[in-house]
Amino acid sequence: MTLKQMKIKDTLENYVFVLPAVAIFSIFYIIPFIWVFQLGLFEWDGISFTRIFVGLDNFKEIFLQDVNWWRAMWNAGYITLIALLFQNILAFMLAWACDRQIRLKNFYRVIFFIPPVLSEIVVGMIWRFIINDIEGANIINRMLASIGFPNLMHQWLSDPKTVLTTVAAVHCWKGFGWGFLIFLAGLQTIPHQLYESARVDGANAWQSFKKITVPLMIPVTVLVAILTVLGSMQAFALILGLVGGEFAGHTSVPVLRILASMRGSSSRFGYACAQGISLGMILVTISFIQYRFSKKGQ
Amino acid sequence: MQHALYYKSKKFLINTLIHIFLISVAVTCLYPLLWMIASSLKTQDIIFKDISLIPQQLHFENYIHAFKEEGFGRSFLNSIFYTGFSVFGVVIIASMAGYAFSRLRFPGRTILFYMFIAAMMIPIPASFVPLYVLLNKLHLRDTPIGYILCMISVGLSVSIFLLKTFFDRMPKEVEDAARIDGCSKMGIWWHVALPLAKPVLAVVVIFNALNVWNEYILALIIFDSRKFMPLQVALQVFRGEFVTNYPLLMAGLTIAVLPIIIVYLLMQKYIVKEITSGEVFG
Repeated sequence: MTLKQMKIKDTLENYVFVLPAVAIFSIFYIIPFIWVFQLGLFEWDGISFTRIFVGLDNFKEIFLQDVNWWRAMWNAGYITLIALLFQNILAFMLAWACDRQIRLKNFYRVIFFIPPVLSEIVVGMIWRFIINDIEGANIINRMLASIGFPNLMHQWLSDPKTVLTTVAAVHCWKGFGWGFLIFLAGLQTIPHQLYESARVDGANAWQSFKKITVPLMIPVTVLVAILTVLGSMQAFALILGLVGGEFAGHTSVPVLRILASMRGSSSRFGYACAQGISLGMILVTISFIQYRFSKKGQ
Repeated sequence: MQHALYYKSKKFLINTLIHIFLISVAVTCLYPLLWMIASSLKTQDIIFKDISLIPQQLHFENYIHAFKEEGFGRSFLNSIFYTGFSVFGVVIIASMAGYAFSRLRFPGRTILFYMFIAAMMIPIPASFVPLYVLLNKLHLRDTPIGYILCMISVGLSVSIFLLKTFFDRMPKEVEDAARIDGCSKMGIWWHVALPLAKPVLAVVVIFNALNVWNEYILALIIFDSRKFMPLQVALQVFRGEFVTNYPLLMAGLTIAVLPIIIVYLLMQKYIVKEITSGEVFG
């Protein structure tokens, strides 16, 4: 064997290492990825042999006519906004409370991350039967009554006005553990000496929080915000478990709409793909804006 | 002296308030699960009357009934099977690739690596549509192998990234010694690199196991046959058309939740450490 042959054999051997990963990934990830963009330009029911090329008509329909789609986007946006505000503020407060010499710190860390390891559908179902206000356990209402607010008792899941907020609340319950752990990690990277020297210089707790903690936590906060947006805008299984479906549009979200386009009475695979592209592009744009915002803030 | 006492009591007060806050959130995290387990041991007629967390009589037979309900027991085995094989596949395939991306030289190395990383960043909410079409074409739809291959491909990106980062930081000297002793590349990967990568492999195993066990949408789309369905989809069998048997549903949910919680509690130090090290998101 010549030196050159040995070199070729060597390189081929190296390819063997990455071949399984590249093959599986290309077939089951990259090809579908490309197909989404191709199918988005067609009108196709998923079964028949003929696909009709319609250009950007699907996108036109989404952006100009599809009221249900935008309602779903609005609902998801509402859930996302609540998650961004309440879930992340709660997560930050918990992380801040745990970032000190405190007993049971590890216990809290373990407990707070239990909801995130559960599946969305399971979390939805459990909460459905805890909240369940018509035939069921009605625990939230019973608790409200027992702590002296019987007038706040409400059919949380069957009233169209409150169902989406209830969904958002359960979504926050499931998701805050992520934010908590990431915030805690961020807080622990802030060197203790900074606080010490601030105190020596006469800064009170609020001042050092404002001048040290907040600026140093901006990148971490942006990371949490991006993850929250990506997670909340694409949530859907929680709703299937909690509400059981789109509830006449009151709890419809984009992924449920995509699913409906694909599996509904008139299945439209091309349209479903176009919807997916629209959502994906919006998500990428939002993430990018948030990322730029963090770079500016630093 | 009084000054010190003032600060001490103030600190005590603050710490107490903090603990009350933390404990109330912890209770909120645990209560739904405890309620689920308690309810799974009650009977249909008392489940909504007696909402206490300690049932008066323990009806363990609910679990037996749940396992027998329309192939739910089978779907439990399916979930274990899918999770096991997917995780095994990801560990082998991703560690080979991660090792190669870190240590071996070949044309296209960088671009292939970035292909995996880019896929991690771009959300494609409708990818299940073409995946359905593709699996249909390959005659892999409604087959366990099709589902497992999809789940492996979903897990590859993050796993390869984690493993490559780990191997990058591993000293090369260990491998040099093995090479001088005449070990082949495969041998080095298997005998030297993999055993050293145990901590990061633990993370890869947990994250993928959680992911596959909890996966819902692909299973919903890929499987028509009941006999192949994993737990998350099969939970629907307890939602009767007219009457839901709540204790059975709660038993079913407990069966779906307990394995993952046990695995999490056993392995939590790896998960918490990994997220707090910030590597996944770096």
